[in-house]
Amino acid sequence: METERGNWTSMNPNGIRRNLATNDRPKRGVPEGLWRQCPQCKSTIFTKEAAARFNVCPECDYHFYLPAKERIQQLLDQDSFEEWFTELRPTDPLGFKDHREYSKRLISEQAKTGMHDAAVVGKGFIRGRPVVLGVTDFAFMAGSMGSVVGEKLTRAIEEAIRLKLPLIFVSGSGGGARMQEGILSLMQMAKVSAALARYDSAGGLYISILTNPTMGGVAASWAGLGDVILAEPGALIGFAGKRTIWNTVRLELPKGFQTSEFLLQHGLIDRIVPRKDLRTELARIVDYCERQRRRAPCSVDDHGNRTSEPFQLF
Amino acid sequence: MAKLVLPFEKSIYQMEETLAELEAKSPGQADDAIRAMRRELVSLKKSIYSKLDPWQTIQVARHPDRPHTLDYINLIFEEFVELHGDRAIGDDRAIRCGFARLGDYRVMLVGQEKGRTLQERTACFYGCAHPEGYRKALRCMKLAAKFGLPVICLIDTPGAFPGIGAEERGQAQLIATNLLEMSRTPTPIVCVVIGEGGSGGALGIGVGDRVSMLEHAYYSVISPEGCAGILWKEANEQTKPLAAEALKLTAKHLLSLGVIDEIIPEPIGGAHRDHREMANTLKSYLVRSIRELRQLNSDELLEGRYQKFRKMGVFLTETAAT
Ligand SMILES: [Zn+2]
Repeated sequence: METERGNWTSMNPNGIRRNLATNDRPKRGVPEGLWRQCPQCKSTIFTKEAAARFNVCPECDYHFYLPAKERIQQLLDQDSFEEWFTELRPTDPLGFKDHREYSKRLISEQAKTGMHDAAVVGKGFIRGRPVVLGVTDFAFMAGSMGSVVGEKLTRAIEEAIRLKLPLIFVSGSGGGARMQEGILSLMQMAKVSAALARYDSAGGLYISILTNPTMGGVAASWAGLGDVILAEPGALIGFAGKRTIWNTVRLELPKGFQTSEFLLQHGLIDRIVPRKDLRTELARIVDYCERQRRRAPCSVDDHGNRTSEPFQLF
Repeated sequence: MAKLVLPFEKSIYQMEETLAELEAKSPGQADDAIRAMRRELVSLKKSIYSKLDPWQTIQVARHPDRPHTLDYINLIFEEFVELHGDRAIGDDRAIRCGFARLGDYRVMLVGQEKGRTLQERTACFYGCAHPEGYRKALRCMKLAAKFGLPVICLIDTPGAFPGIGAEERGQAQLIATNLLEMSRTPTPIVCVVIGEGGSGGALGIGVGDRVSMLEHAYYSVISPEGCAGILWKEANEQTKPLAAEALKLTAKHLLSLGVIDEIIPEPIGGAHRDHREMANTLKSYLVRSIRELRQLNSDELLEGRYQKFRKMGVFLTETAAT
């Protein structure tokens, strides 16, 4: 699929361009990692402060890259996540080689991220509501979808059908479909979408959360198929890369082209939700959609939290 | 328009010229030398076209004289009743839809068209569809399913159009919706890549019960130019063939990867040399496929389609012991 080279070769996962990071290094004597620079407002901020604010810039609300593990911690009730299908490993079906062999690239990506591939899926609870959750991590080959990502998401959907649970996928995929697995990556788009069709026919609620960036074959398959589609502010979302578009049409791209705000304006997503509010928002949407299906109302405490047993969706 | 001669076809054209000269000298009858040369020409075409490398295959797939959807509409279908427009934005000329008669069958035809004259090519953006094209294709497929008409999708696109309007109107989501809906549309769907299978733009009408390719077509996750630009930093005459090779995008590769069902043979020397023969071969493939698929009830059909794509992908499973 169309892939933005700029997204993952010239940027590190924090969205900080490497040259910027070296040009504007924090004051001497301050250990690295304590401070980071916001790519949007350029202010130097205390890493811990950003972390305490969901990895959002305290000055301008820029949403930094968030690893899958932290995403899961932010969205789900503490220690409620049960990870599934951890036994799946990527391989190199085409014997793909550019300057480097794909098999070697995989090993170094695994070493760098501590992940086997770009997706994490499993089951957990959001304020007591059981859900199936899947997340793609931009740090692993730009969050691109190869066979393992496609298989994990498909199995997660099939489990959500079996367990009759709501489904939430969070996309962070600059690369779209993974070039190094060729046509097999393209076919993952069809595979996951077909599973979502079955889930839809079974009456399940699927919420898709688009984060920076969601491009190409990921945007053109599961990320674009939510019953409800939410996006974090300022995320890059689209089909073709900006460079490809510019090379084709040779026109200046509109201001804010392919951002969450642009998509909202053009009627392509339901809501833009700041990261700190996502958990509340998800619980609220799940309640709207599942309450209609439930026979008996659940009991809630004074704060609106459910006190009865978690129930099943459909 | 001057005839395009691909670099590896030069010897074929030279021999054809020589043969034509010989034949002109003795009109009406063929002597031994002519007969020998005709045989030689056939074996030359065979030997060149049986071992095209991936980059050469792409050049054949993009050959301007290669038969397009409109050619097949003329040569294969007894009737074509075009249905225009997506009922929302406009009528995308890069995807043509309509009722068509294929022998004894009435079908819905959905075909990507790249155009031949400059005017045609401009009108359909060189075969690159916009969101409205995908929306039109889907509404026609749903219409077909409602009345039990099988769907035939002819795929031939460099990719979905990368433009400002296309993004504003939801290119990604329209393709996504087609993938989801095609997987559960309850009527037989036969897809054939007749030339270029460019990425998501091809897959957007490419989910079916049978997916096959013409012998010299290609089908890829990204164009070799795009891939070379990203992984080799620059798309040039050296890197494009390398990317084409690495991507494993020929019909033979896709068959061995389990992505397509069949390779539909082309006339010797490629489809661009004999439209009629190509059309006949394609027609018999389409008729046979529809005849087979119509034996299945819709549950069997949809289960088979789901399992077909469900199996795609290659990965390893780590056992607990290691
Ligand atoms: Zn900032």
